[in-house]
Amino acid sequence: MVKPGKLHIKLLRELWHMRGQVLAIALVVMGGIAVCVMSLSTYDSVKQTRDIYYAQYRFANIFVDLTRAPLRLVERVREISGVSVAEPRVNAAVTLLVDGFNEPITASVVSIPPSGQPLLNALHLRSGRLPESSSSDEILLSAAFAQAHRLREGSKIDAVINGRLQTLTVVGLALSPEHVYQIAPGSLLPDYKRYGVLWMPYPAISVAYDMDGAFNSVVLTSNRGANERAIIDQLDKLLAPYGGRGAYTRERQVSNEFLSQEFDQLRTMALLFPLIFISVSVFLLNVVIGRLIENQREVIAILKAFGYSNRTIGLHYLSFTMLITLLGTLLGLLLGSGLGNLMTAVFGEYYHFPALTYANNRLQVALAIALCFAASAAGTLRPVLAAAALPPAEAMRPKAPPRFRKALPERIPWLARLSQTSKMILRNLDRQRLKSLMAIAGISAAVAVMMVGNFQQAAIDKMMHVQFKLTQKEDLSIGFSEAVAYNAIYSLDNLPGVSYVEGMRSAAVKLRFEHRQERSVIIAFSSNSQLRQLRDESLAIMPIPTNGILITDYLAEKLGASVGDKLEIEFLGESRQIRHARIDALSTEYLGSGVYMSLRSLNRMLDSGPAINTALLTLEANAQQDTYRRLRAFPAVRSINIRQTLIDAFSETLERVVIYFTAINAALGAIIAFGVVYNTMRIAMAERARELASLRVLGYTRAEVAYTLLGELALLTLLSLVPGFLLGVLLCDILASGLQNDLYRLPLVLTAYTYGFSAFIVILSAVASGLIILRQVYRLDLVAVLKTRE
Amino acid sequence: MSRQASRDVVFRASQLSKTYDMGEVQVHALRGVDIELYEGEFIVILGASGSGKSTLLNILGGLDSASSGSVHYRDTDLSNANETALTRYRREQVGFVFQFYNLIASLNAQENVEIVTDIARDPMPAMQALELVGLGERAQHFPAQLSGGEQQRVAIARAIAKKPQVLLCDEPTGALDSKTGVVVLEALQRINEELGTSTAIITHNADIAAMADRVIEMSDGRISNIRQNQQRLPARQITW
Repeated sequence: MVKPGKLHIKLLRELWHMRGQVLAIALVVMGGIAVCVMSLSTYDSVKQTRDIYYAQYRFANIFVDLTRAPLRLVERVREISGVSVAEPRVNAAVTLLVDGFNEPITASVVSIPPSGQPLLNALHLRSGRLPESSSSDEILLSAAFAQAHRLREGSKIDAVINGRLQTLTVVGLALSPEHVYQIAPGSLLPDYKRYGVLWMPYPAISVAYDMDGAFNSVVLTSNRGANERAIIDQLDKLLAPYGGRGAYTRERQVSNEFLSQEFDQLRTMALLFPLIFISVSVFLLNVVIGRLIENQREVIAILKAFGYSNRTIGLHYLSFTMLITLLGTLLGLLLGSGLGNLMTAVFGEYYHFPALTYANNRLQVALAIALCFAASAAGTLRPVLAAAALPPAEAMRPKAPPRFRKALPERIPWLARLSQTSKMILRNLDRQRLKSLMAIAGISAAVAVMMVGNFQQAAIDKMMHVQFKLTQKEDLSIGFSEAVAYNAIYSLDNLPGVSYVEGMRSAAVKLRFEHRQERSVIIAFSSNSQLRQLRDESLAIMPIPTNGILITDYLAEKLGASVGDKLEIEFLGESRQIRHARIDALSTEYLGSGVYMSLRSLNRMLDSGPAINTALLTLEANAQQDTYRRLRAFPAVRSINIRQTLIDAFSETLERVVIYFTAINAALGAIIAFGVVYNTMRIAMAERARELASLRVLGYTRAEVAYTLLGELALLTLLSLVPGFLLGVLLCDILASGLQNDLYRLPLVLTAYTYGFSAFIVILSAVASGLIILRQVYRLDLVAVLKTRE
Repeated sequence: MSRQASRDVVFRASQLSKTYDMGEVQVHALRGVDIELYEGEFIVILGASGSGKSTLLNILGGLDSASSGSVHYRDTDLSNANETALTRYRREQVGFVFQFYNLIASLNAQENVEIVTDIARDPMPAMQALELVGLGERAQHFPAQLSGGEQQRVAIARAIAKKPQVLLCDEPTGALDSKTGVVVLEALQRINEELGTSTAIITHNADIAAMADRVIEMSDGRISNIRQNQQRLPARQITW
């Protein structure tokens, strides 16, 4: 065997000589690997961070709220088979007053045992210390809320606790696994300015809420392998006389549920995007490297003539492309893990995890890298083997002209009269059908990726529109701690600045149909409500049935029930009535999954007189600030939701998350489109330089010559749009159905803008690569091209 | 009386020089060439590799420009023409034939000719051009289905279909065996005789010189000798 020493020098010099192209290929690999590493490592890191957090801080796995039970009942809870740890506590809603912030702030207050740290849902102290168990005004404040209002240990805030104004002292900032996703009851997005969590020693809070020696919430963990369903059933039976509102597992715990849904989205992205990117880079690598090696046909022949073995030559070219792929992989790993850590940090910051764990899914990343290397190897070996199979003398002769035939579309009569240059375009695409199809697939992928980004924005816009413009029309809703007489709305109506008030009543229920059951909330308002209007699939207004119920289509599907079916309704809470009602109609909603009936029916079911627990208000213009201030002092108010702040919170999140995603997707899509179009055209240019030069010699102008290349580019791009749109709809559909949950459903909304934007960016990248190609056509050296052999 | 005296001058080059910058070395491809070519004339430019013959042909054909000196095609000054003028000149006046045919692989023989007739002002029908080179039967064949000699004859048909004033051929038989080469030369001769197209062939094959009116020998970027053939030998009698 001949020593490959000089070949190494050839290798390095040639790599250096064609450094531009080396970089272009390496960048494609980098893109694929980087997206893969970034997405997977972000997902794995955040998930692992959460899991470690939950484990270290003993996050409970069963939760139940009740009205009031004596502490000794906890012993009975602990006796339930399968229960490992059970911890009673007191939870309550308070209103907070922060200097310089006029809007209403609600907060949940949770008791901490006199011994200090809770047994379950332990607190992580960001700073400060736990409150003294004997103090009545020391609190821990959730770090996110404190940060939003720039509060620290030592800060004092006013709180309305059970109707009494009290000044509290912050002694520490804390994080809890129970409030990773810190979200107000009934809200959809975290709003750290208007909702907070605070922790107070049990003695102080139990006195304030008349819960001395009692509890209204219990959290527990079960033994490994215990039947959670059985525990919940026994728990519900045990706590029913005490107003138990139905136990639920971690899966239904608000913070965890939201977090899981975000993770689902992240996982979908983490799998979908790398898949697209790696496929495209694999295709590009194969094609581009294949072409690169084909150009070395003569060199391969000469090396063979000198006595180099096929093996040595194969290895030489293999190391050629492996080095390029290696460069791309290293850059990709570097960039990907950098971006991954950055994203993880962004998520960590957003969710306030006590510590971040950086993880990497080595297996999947290794698989992606292996794919890239395999693609370059295949792209290398195919032409090397083809060249090596020829006797050296033959390989040194010019290559035989490629075989052509009339393209399929030319059978259409009027296409048969195309100009010769147009025929060239069609026949070139037709001859290399696989390559053309791959290019179309690549550009389609670019179109699709961008649609996914845009679709989310359109979907959320529609969600907002349906929820806050068509369904929920009040300026403000007030939740009361318990049901109040319907008359209460009149005293609200009399407040200055309030222009209209309506009453609403909601109740937590368990719905059963056949063997299925679901937790839900009944929302009842008067059949002539001006502020709440339900919508059907075509967004037409649906009347509230006088007798039956109306349920969200999503909930109906989960229960397997449809119009006309009779559901069993168990009211959670003190009374635990069991009633039945017939489904009158299905409503379409993207947020929540409620059950609706008339206020009269609900009060009748609950055997109560006219009562409400929520008031819906519209306010006079410019009267908001004053009204908020007055309402803060209104008794028995548990929560205040201002429609505008919900909308604002939504928009803020939109800007932070969706716009960011759209930008990234647009950038990724543009990179893919550019990578595919540019590389396809570079190859076409290299393959056809001689033809182009011939045309120039025959008297064709530069523009006419450029047409044969750019026409092909334009045709490829246009042919990719429709499949791209279809692929995009498919991807959006996958994403949307991956995001169907009790809290929200992403509607599949595809606007002209979604299509137009994707098409625009793809065409823009095609034009950009077209301009570069055009420059090369203009610089074509006729003599040099024609005098050399192919 | 010499043939050229009674004819119009097609090309007139004076003091033509061409220098290429090849990295750190300068190559003097032409060093002050003076030459005139006449209407209907068939010339062969002979010279070894590197003698400057291709450079001269490329400059005459508007594919390259001289570093100094002037070249006129009839009344047109090619030395100062811009890219657009050169393109028009190539489109309307000149036909090229190269050693490596340079056919468009995706077009069949007839279409390869039509690619020129599509843009020419007063071309002959493509089929007629193909028949002139004896390929009427092979019109629907793609380059991959033709032999080397056939491909070269398609290239000649393509070059003459626009009825050019001049036909410039750079080693037209260079890639062909002697028997096939003769068939190609016969086609060139026939076109020169039937259409009166001024034809210049460059070659390093001295045997071909016998079919020319005039033979111009080049070496080292200069014209070393010009001789008139008293008798043109028919192409079919040439062998090498």
